[in-house]
Amino acid sequence: MTLNEVWFALFVIIIAGYLILDGFDMGVGILHLFVAKTDEERRITLNSIGPVWDGNEVWLILGGGVLFAAFPLAYASLFSGFYLAMMLVLLVMILRTVAIEFRSKRPGANWRKTWDFVFWIASLGLAMLLGVAFGNVVSGVPIDVDGNMHVTLIQLLTPFALLIGVTTVTMFALHGGIYLTMKTDGELQRRVRRSIPRLMPVFFTLNTLVVIGMVLFQEQIASRYLNNLWLVIFPAGALVALGVAWYMLRKGRDFVAFVASGMMIALLLISGGIGIYPNLLISTTNPQYNLTIYNSASAPNTLAVMLVIALIGIPVVLLYTVGVYYFFRGKTELDPHSY
Amino acid sequence: MNAEILSRLQFALTASFHFIYPPLSMGLGLMLVVIGVIYVRTKDPKWRRLAFFWVKVYGLIFAVGVATGVVQEFEFGTNWANYSRFVGNVFGSLLAAEGVFAFFLEGGFLGLMLFGGNRLGPRMWLLATFLVVFGAHFSALWIIMANSWMQTPAGYTVRSLPAPARAYMTSFMQVVFTPSFIPRILHVWFASWTAGSALMLSVSAWYLLKKRHIELAKANLRVALVCFVIFTVLNLAVFGPAQAIEVTTYQPLKLASMEGLWQSQSCAPLYLVGWVNTANQTTTGISIPCLLSVLAYLNPQATVTGLNAFPATQYPPINLVFQVYHFMFGMGTLFVPIGLLGLLLYFWKRKVYEARWVLWLFVVTVFLAEMSITAGWWTAEIGRQPWIVYNVLLTAQGMSPTLPASDVAISLVMFVGLYILLFILFIYLLNGKIQAGPEPLEEVESVPVSTLPDTFRQIFRRRGARA
Repeated sequence: MTLNEVWFALFVIIIAGYLILDGFDMGVGILHLFVAKTDEERRITLNSIGPVWDGNEVWLILGGGVLFAAFPLAYASLFSGFYLAMMLVLLVMILRTVAIEFRSKRPGANWRKTWDFVFWIASLGLAMLLGVAFGNVVSGVPIDVDGNMHVTLIQLLTPFALLIGVTTVTMFALHGGIYLTMKTDGELQRRVRRSIPRLMPVFFTLNTLVVIGMVLFQEQIASRYLNNLWLVIFPAGALVALGVAWYMLRKGRDFVAFVASGMMIALLLISGGIGIYPNLLISTTNPQYNLTIYNSASAPNTLAVMLVIALIGIPVVLLYTVGVYYFFRGKTELDPHSY
Repeated sequence: MNAEILSRLQFALTASFHFIYPPLSMGLGLMLVVIGVIYVRTKDPKWRRLAFFWVKVYGLIFAVGVATGVVQEFEFGTNWANYSRFVGNVFGSLLAAEGVFAFFLEGGFLGLMLFGGNRLGPRMWLLATFLVVFGAHFSALWIIMANSWMQTPAGYTVRSLPAPARAYMTSFMQVVFTPSFIPRILHVWFASWTAGSALMLSVSAWYLLKKRHIELAKANLRVALVCFVIFTVLNLAVFGPAQAIEVTTYQPLKLASMEGLWQSQSCAPLYLVGWVNTANQTTTGISIPCLLSVLAYLNPQATVTGLNAFPATQYPPINLVFQVYHFMFGMGTLFVPIGLLGLLLYFWKRKVYEARWVLWLFVVTVFLAEMSITAGWWTAEIGRQPWIVYNVLLTAQGMSPTLPASDVAISLVMFVGLYILLFILFIYLLNGKIQAGPEPLEEVESVPVSTLPDTFRQIFRRRGARA
């Protein structure tokens, strides 16, 4: 395994970590307007993610930093080429942060309703944008001979990318719903539980459409799997994980269901990563212009130094992240310091 | 306006707005650790009340800092793509390291710090607070390290093939320890601590002026004042001058711009106030003879290199650099007598608590401290122009090649609107917290402090027993 491959794998794992962790934050944001009716219920939903959402978002910041450091040419092309989409991502990330922080700092009903709405739309928007971005990355972008591109917002909104966007929204809603089931009880929990059997078939259908779209229209990805049939275990694993989540929820084993749902998200992303490998950005202009994990990468010595940093840092991070989650486990209770 | 000017404006706006908050996360954070230590040692409940109060203020400041911080990481790619391509080998790894080592520490323990007051005993709560604050300092360390590489690049070589031309790392240690890094990080830390202690000083003085929470405010003011004096004296006497010497050595043109010194001369003067006229190459104002030579070389007869020794094409906007530098320098100098005066009045029969005009001076210190930190950052960054990597890559060369001006105009308008709104909300909520003041312990404590788990063993055993 070359250093470039190691960093590609690490990048995919970091983004998977982000989607699993911030995915349930977004899901809680997408669901909360519908499942939480009273102010206390809204506060419980917010506080269920209160102590952890900030740490979860760091995974995306780390992902951005790793892309910058390990594959700077791809980072530069992607971020400058998707300029306005990236600015929208920033807008919804900022709004989401301030909504959760500001909401309960004032007692007024209108103040709180406004921020609840902002939190909902920003969570939904972020999930949608991430899905649309992913859709465009897998279907290819107009990279030119110098590695540059410029894609307008409208051009990003292809039917396939929009389909992946909506699928991502339902996926996070489902994942967030399973998380909320663990963290709530009483009437609120009953409402959350009722939403899951409705979300699951919608997500399953949408995701099936995405897979069909990939097979029919994304030649490179389809041929990767047709030529190496054993790789199908990754998308198949995602399907199994979804089934396990569904079964465990019926059994009332919410935590196992949550883990399964997280595994499913990771496996879906890994399946996509396998599909585009060794490319990071596939050029629709000319395959020669593809930005791969080799021609867009940093020099081997930089990658080696970063690997040392990652091997020291990430185990420590995982250790205390698990510790913090363990500390805040169980049903969310409000106290004078809650949001 | 073209995409370059708009991108410069946008980066200046977003970085400056963000930079309001991290110095307070560090400075107020350090003060919170100080208060936590005092509480753990004295067990006097008034410190616990103060800790609960300041943690809430901290949460608000931290939130806006986090919200506005992601923007910079994106902007390197969105607006400065060619810069990112050029420096990715060197600069990117420092940003990634910041994520791994610092952000996770902050993000991971922030929940325990903000929500831990009723779940953790005082020592464990203090530990969580310490880890967040340590993370904030660590984060600044990596950022200043990366920025210092842009100021005084080292440990790299530029190769133009394979295209595009890029900087390649030759020594990680040299990249990390560029000549400007250590003086700059120390200066930034002390300036941030000044701002944090000034915030406590300001709010305590305000309570005393308004005759609210008198006992708490007196205790808080005493601690804040001592810290404020230590930080400002050290920054003026040691860490500011250390950085001046560093700039003299490695960025002489920047130093000449900061002082508006046109002709190289020995016994160079230091301006207190002044105005630089670039058209006829003069600087007018009130100056102290020889002081610049002393500051730069610790020798009144030393020759300081003037602007004329450099090609005019490499000049930054000289008067702007001069003005922001002098604002910072003036404020940094002013804080010392303000602090010492307060200390004097404290030791003279505790008169500081009643001296209304001194209290009013304390109230404004936090605004002046924040403004001078921004001015210092502008000195460093505007003084670096026209280079994005000093003497290596021009800012104009760092642009995203395909970025249309109209897109940047849209995002710039978005940031202006969003940040105005954010700032108004921040001030509104901060003012609300300060007006409400520290709540009585009965209202913020849901369980008696003695029952809270205060060792690792208690944390895990107790929670384990419940489950």
